[in-house]
Amino acid sequence: MTSASKKRESLLRNNALQTILGSLLCIVIGLLVGYVVLLIINPSGAADAILAILKNFMYYPSAVASMKYFGTTLVKASALLMCSLSVLFAWKVGLFNIGAAGQYVIGAGACIYCGIKFGLPWYVCLLAGIVAAALVGGISGALKAYFNVNEVISCIMLNWIGLYSVNMLLSKVKEQSTPYTKPLSSVNKSALLPNAGLDTLFSNNQFVTIGLPLAVAMAIIVWIVLEKTKFGYELKATGMNKNAAKYCGMKEKRNIIITMMISGGLAGLGAGIFYLTGIEQWMVQQTSIPGMGFNGIAAAFLGGSNPIGVIFSSYFIQHITSGGSYVDKTVYCSQISDLISAFIIYLCGFVLFFKIWINRFLDKRDERQAAKELKGGEE
Amino acid sequence: MDNYAIEMLNITKRFPGIIANDNITLQLKKGEIHALLGENGAGKSTLMSVLFGLYQPEEGEIHKDGRKVVINNPNDANELGIGMVHQHFKLVECFSVLDNIILGVETTKNGFLQKGEARKKVLDLSEKYGLSVDPDALIEDITVGMQQRTEILKMLYRDNEILIFDEPTAVLTPQEIQELMTIMKNLASEGKSILFITHKLGEIMQVADRCSVLRKGKYIGTVDIKDTTPEKLSSMMVGRDVNFIVDKKECKPGEVVLDIENMTVASKRHKNNAVNGVSLQVRRGEIVCIAGIDGNGQTEFVYGLSGLEPLKGGKIVLNGQDVTNSSIRKRLTSGMSHIPEDRHKHGLVLDYSLEDNLVLQRYFEPEFTNKFGFLKRKAIREYANKLIDQYDVRSGQGPITKARSMSGGNQQKAIVAREIDKNPELLIAVQPTRGLDVGAIENVHKELVAQRDAGKGVLLVSLELDEVMNVSDRILVMYEGEIVGEFDPKTVTVEELGLYMAGSKRKEVNTND
Repeated sequence: MTSASKKRESLLRNNALQTILGSLLCIVIGLLVGYVVLLIINPSGAADAILAILKNFMYYPSAVASMKYFGTTLVKASALLMCSLSVLFAWKVGLFNIGAAGQYVIGAGACIYCGIKFGLPWYVCLLAGIVAAALVGGISGALKAYFNVNEVISCIMLNWIGLYSVNMLLSKVKEQSTPYTKPLSSVNKSALLPNAGLDTLFSNNQFVTIGLPLAVAMAIIVWIVLEKTKFGYELKATGMNKNAAKYCGMKEKRNIIITMMISGGLAGLGAGIFYLTGIEQWMVQQTSIPGMGFNGIAAAFLGGSNPIGVIFSSYFIQHITSGGSYVDKTVYCSQISDLISAFIIYLCGFVLFFKIWINRFLDKRDERQAAKELKGGEE
Repeated sequence: MDNYAIEMLNITKRFPGIIANDNITLQLKKGEIHALLGENGAGKSTLMSVLFGLYQPEEGEIHKDGRKVVINNPNDANELGIGMVHQHFKLVECFSVLDNIILGVETTKNGFLQKGEARKKVLDLSEKYGLSVDPDALIEDITVGMQQRTEILKMLYRDNEILIFDEPTAVLTPQEIQELMTIMKNLASEGKSILFITHKLGEIMQVADRCSVLRKGKYIGTVDIKDTTPEKLSSMMVGRDVNFIVDKKECKPGEVVLDIENMTVASKRHKNNAVNGVSLQVRRGEIVCIAGIDGNGQTEFVYGLSGLEPLKGGKIVLNGQDVTNSSIRKRLTSGMSHIPEDRHKHGLVLDYSLEDNLVLQRYFEPEFTNKFGFLKRKAIREYANKLIDQYDVRSGQGPITKARSMSGGNQQKAIVAREIDKNPELLIAVQPTRGLDVGAIENVHKELVAQRDAGKGVLLVSLELDEVMNVSDRILVMYEGEIVGEFDPKTVTVEELGLYMAGSKRKEVNTND
């Protein structure tokens, strides 16, 4: 074996690289499948539609406009990043937090209500969102720890409880003529997250706030907590083998509850850094849970359940989701962008398959190589 | 070439960096019981995987009845009449015995199962070979011994001629082992050829006709059992002489380190208590052994003692401190070490690296965690390397090896290293040599004795009578959750112990007052 091929091989064995390659492959396959579906629906606009989705904000010819919409995509991506961190954190501890969506809703409700009703400043609102969402996550955790209730079931039920409770709560602070909550920019400016000059980078997009760097910082903090600290060591041990965790004296029940609370808190923070920019008002009549939390699941897996990886996967998923709105609506119906992103998200599961395949392939190759070498040596 | 049922000739199988099988020849005669002996990692599993077509050898041939055959996958092996009872059974828990036996080879008529014929064939087979099973019982309800008989019937139902038993006695009670030995002899006398993979020399001496020995991937030789001794076999296997009698000095019991009064633990399986009013003491400098047949409350007793299960009643005093209601962590930091019965369930986080597993009991100490809650990775690595050297824990990549990818013997070594290095006052060792080879067993026994000689109390729970007799200074027999006898290993016989273990004799012992 030459040293060059040895180097190439050890690179291919690298887990992170495998995840990246796998994710890229999924994206390509997803786009291809989407393209084929578009061809079937209406062949004439298919290429344009795919390009529009991929281009997203680059649709605008002027640099100023495209920077502005790039900023908007980033704001949404940062909320998505928090949701995928929420899913990822629980996943590392062996729990599937499908309740990130509901915790996100609760977080949104708490921070909007605090902002409008009590006129509190942004940091208190943000904290309220985090605490409320953490408590809801904690409910699922406690049910799991003490009564062995599957967290998926309790989370799904809490998602709906959360949605309708928040609708009810926020009806008290909605505008009189519309079903939307009062805009924070007119009722309580202090509840809006500070821009800290970031807006100027994005053609004065006022929604670009400190939420953006905060989300990235949270990803790094989650990584550090999981990989470098005693706390993360305990949590992961509990997730991988709760019997062994109990055997060596870890408080496995407490760990499950804390995990779900942190997971919920992360989703709540995501809601905070989204709604406290004033980018959207809550629609109190909505009957479906915002997709942010569910997309977070996809982003977590597309990112190889790595806190740094999900920074990129969250951005990508938000990029194509936002890009969908530029598809020519006269040719395709408006759901088409969701469909394409759904294909890609669906294929995210193949990242794992890809890893298994490539490892099997490498093993086979090594075996042959070793056999050849030994034979050569004997002769 | 006349009488061989299957021959594996000059098999060589290489993996990157290692030759798993180096020119190995194994010839199985028709109607013989042929033992395959070797330490953990000697290449037995690889050889069997070659036989089942899971691996293709680089060199060598397989012959069946003198003709060359090519085995590409397990289905080919099945068609050649090769069947295997795996160490971990491959049974569907919620299916009946009969359903498990016919699984995969069901006879159907118009898409409906024809179980009548199958039942008759199974009953005939079970009568012919003395394999008593209830065809309608669910797997989850029957004993391990019966599950194993189901596995054997599975092979017979498929008319397999070559039967491979992979460490079949590791999970059985002494009585069940004797039954299995009889069954194997019956099968051989009916013309089946048996390949018997094991570590246990006593069983080889008892049933096998011939024995082939592997060591570190190499073929050492094949011997006739009637011409050999256990000592010869073990030195062939390990490559040096093995001391069967544990070397130990006179026991000098000191002060009491563990005092249990009237411990009662509820059972999860039935309404009676799993542990019923057990009182015992362990002193410094002695090895107290709890002997008994599996399922007589030993597991629950240890759970109660270590805090994994709550007590229903009683009192535990560890090193002068009442720990009856203490948390597990409190007990472990008050001088208790625990080598658990099930190393996969409790002993290891299999997806953690070896180094992370080695600090599982100590990661929170200032030595490994700084005051901000960050792990000291460098200290952990150094500590792991120290234990790996000291206790000869072997693994592919050293401290960063995933525990899951290590051999069972080395996993156990890692646990023993971790628990002993904690420098406990009381060491609880539950079946510490389960599934280990002779060399590794010798090491574990040495460590236990060393702990004793260092003035620690050792509480050994074991199902192996040899181990009980060899290692302990005092034997307590547990039967149906109660201590039914206390013995001195120097004066008691195995037969006498057996009577107490089976519940046919008991004496009142060990009243603390």
